[in-house]
Amino acid sequence: MTLLKTHALTAYYGDFQALYGISVHLDEGETVSIVGANGAGKSTLMAALTGQLKSAADMIEFDDKPIGGLRPAEILSRGIALVPEGRQLFPSLSVEENLQVGNYGRKTRGPWNLTRVYSLFPILKERKNQASTSLSGGQQQMVAVGRALMSNPRLLLCDEISLGLAPSVIKDIYKAMAEIRSEGASVVVVEQNIGQALAASDRLYCLLEGRVTLTGRPDDLTREQIRLAYFGGSNP
Amino acid sequence: MIYLDTIIQGVLLGGLYALFALGLSLIFGIMRLVNLAHGDLMILGAFAVLVGVDALGLPIPLAAVLAGIFMFMVGYALQYVLLNRTLGRDILPPLLVTFGLSIILQNGMLETFSADTQRLNMGGLQEASISLFGGLAIGMVPLITFISAIVVILFLNWLFYSTETGRAFRATSDNPQIAQLMGIDNDRIFALAMALAMVIVAIAGLYLGARATFDPLIGPSRLIFAFEAVIIGGLGSFWGTLAGGIILGLAQTFGAQINPEWQILSGHIVFLIILVIRPKGLFPRVTG
Repeated sequence: MTLLKTHALTAYYGDFQALYGISVHLDEGETVSIVGANGAGKSTLMAALTGQLKSAADMIEFDDKPIGGLRPAEILSRGIALVPEGRQLFPSLSVEENLQVGNYGRKTRGPWNLTRVYSLFPILKERKNQASTSLSGGQQQMVAVGRALMSNPRLLLCDEISLGLAPSVIKDIYKAMAEIRSEGASVVVVEQNIGQALAASDRLYCLLEGRVTLTGRPDDLTREQIRLAYFGGSNP
Repeated sequence: MIYLDTIIQGVLLGGLYALFALGLSLIFGIMRLVNLAHGDLMILGAFAVLVGVDALGLPIPLAAVLAGIFMFMVGYALQYVLLNRTLGRDILPPLLVTFGLSIILQNGMLETFSADTQRLNMGGLQEASISLFGGLAIGMVPLITFISAIVVILFLNWLFYSTETGRAFRATSDNPQIAQLMGIDNDRIFALAMALAMVIVAIAGLYLGARATFDPLIGPSRLIFAFEAVIIGGLGSFWGTLAGGIILGLAQTFGAQINPEWQILSGHIVFLIILVIRPKGLFPRVTG
């Protein structure tokens, strides 16, 4: 069953057009990765999906209902949660409070609660009363992921969750992603790291300058195809 | 002994100034909104109590509760309908709009209640006092005012640090864009914060009217005391605001002790000295 669908989605920052008719879809339970270079429109797409950028109602369909242009709080309550780029924890809140605030707008019964998030990332339990700013980058990323999970989202959007982290930490985070998927959430992973994206997802979209340039299953795509879609240029 | 008396009067006066300032501190902390109509809203709160007592013949406590509910609704509507539209990157629109609101409130109250000075009649409470050793006495109204300020601060700290709404306030204060992604509706949270600030304003108005006379045009001069208390204490700390109020109260009563004409002036001088020495106030919590 299709959970999310965009129809020729466009997005603007003032006069600047950032997305030129993006049409993507995602099935229930599926993990899709979105790759692309800096400025390709990946984060813009996340901003549009979460209502931070306004779009026409029927450009985005979630659970068969148009959600384009809804307020961010309303979109969260429908079940789309975002792990924002750069983690963006609340500095005045402790680690535990950062997690607790994650379900402010959506208190659905589901697999995820404080206990479950602590069992996914045990280090956070030890640090629960500390200021979120005192954690390492990887631990902050865990809080950001946990915070999004607290709303028991049907669709979890992860924007650049491996950016700036050590390889061993990235491995830990993606190991957690596997567990999150096994709990039934659909996941969108935005990545600049193509290898990571291919390994973690059922399907891949490549964006270039606000357009989809390639889509397919990791096994069906060649490195050359991805290179061209990622950087642009023409087939020899 | 006269100094001890002055200290007691100054500290208790500080409780009133803290009540003036807490609402201001609350809304600046959450939404970086400087409300220039804060003083006039306090006078509106005092008039709301007065209407309850004089026009409706209610006892003071009931009139105060009704005024609190009235001001809660005024605050919610004011923020939701008007002030939310002025918030953004630019800090000028809220200043201009609340400045205009201040003028509208003053003239509206002048039109409705005339320029006569008013006072809230608290029964025998205004004359009552507690006698201490050595001929010292503490007035009941200043004492109740001070205790109310402490109760309000305890409530605010509980709300901010022990409830879900408080977490939402702090998260929105940190980063309103990201707070929305948690399902926090900024417009509603801001409206709730303003409504809460207006309840505190109603309490401040009650004691302002009980302690001294008031008229529709004295709001701005009370606003200055509120600003000074907030800034002396440092932004973002409620206890700091109380400390700021007490310092301001002490400065004024000691100034008045030297020469009655120096009361207001000495408060401003102490404020300026602290601003020079510690521009961020004595107990700042907000950074950046």
